[in-house]
Amino acid sequence: MKQPFEKVVERHGGTVLRVCRVIVGAHDAEDAWSETFLAAMRAYPDLPDDANAEAWLVTIAHRKAIDVLRARKRQPTPVGELPEAPTALGVPGAGDGDLWQAVAALPEKQRQAVAYHYVAGLAYAEIAGILGGTTDAARRAAADGIKNLRKNYPGAAMEGAPS
Amino acid sequence: MNMSLDHFSSPSDADTLSRLRDRLGLAAEAGGLLDVAYTTIDSPVGPLLLAATPKGLVRVAFDVEDHDRVLGILSQRISPRVLRAPRRLDAAARELDEYFGRQRRAFDLPLDLSLSTGFRQLVQRRLPEIGYGQTRSYGQVAELVGNPRAVRAVGTACATNPLPLVVPCHRVLKADGTPGGYVGGPDAKKALLRLEAAA
Repeated sequence: MKQPFEKVVERHGGTVLRVCRVIVGAHDAEDAWSETFLAAMRAYPDLPDDANAEAWLVTIAHRKAIDVLRARKRQPTPVGELPEAPTALGVPGAGDGDLWQAVAALPEKQRQAVAYHYVAGLAYAEIAGILGGTTDAARRAAADGIKNLRKNYPGAAMEGAPS
Repeated sequence: MNMSLDHFSSPSDADTLSRLRDRLGLAAEAGGLLDVAYTTIDSPVGPLLLAATPKGLVRVAFDVEDHDRVLGILSQRISPRVLRAPRRLDAAARELDEYFGRQRRAFDLPLDLSLSTGFRQLVQRRLPEIGYGQTRSYGQVAELVGNPRAVRAVGTACATNPLPLVVPCHRVLKADGTPGGYVGGPDAKKALLRLEAAA
């Protein structure tokens, strides 16, 4: 039986928000989240009852994040206005500014693989389905991303080893 | 290697998510995607779930009916596009509030009766003819709908009323004048009858 969409938002809203922050930065994460859940709600009646809702949502978030990033690039630089805050990344009050900069500096594929595996908890096979390419390539992109983060953000607590 | 999830959380996530969920409700309504909107309100007979389709109020549920179970049924029978979005229920919530405050004797709300069919719906359509503070027996309601022998079927129609309070099945009693069963439990039925008798 298909559960009410409200339950999907309740269960996965937080994870999708964190994924969006990693992919597009805190500044645009809320727009990406809104676009993701609106598109998900539209498609929800056609989602098979036994589908992995989180992987499905991350797949939609991946596409919406690309849209948001493209729109941001198209936006003309404002002229005659005060410059914006120095960085669009970072979560206000989280006190992890260096980590955000390190994540933002990752190549796109690595950033996505890190977000989908370490933040959303998806398996590499699912990530390969989202990014294209093989499961091994997805695993390598995440491992390279973590290696880069360790190099550029020594303070990151990275312990344990999920598959 | 495991990066902690906490790195990408923020202390204000709960506020952010609640704001984003409100925004989603408004966008879904504007985009014609909000097939079922719901909210819960407090009342003298316990928390009530109110749900509406674009056509009108479709369900009022007592706590004893298990709100999660009721939402599951709405998802199955109407559409899984169900969101907590209180705005569509503003008028219903206000009228119920007035009713419990003895400021209102009849409801003036668009209703969606699609959860009931046939004879049950026929009975439920006629129940609002029993005025505030009045009561009828199941047999009298059977006569009212032109089927005097369908007393048990009237009982079933009342027991399965998807819109209790607004469609006043609590005004239908057993032939001996005792309250009989009620979807919200016998105590709720007695409380409603007392409320209306005191007015």
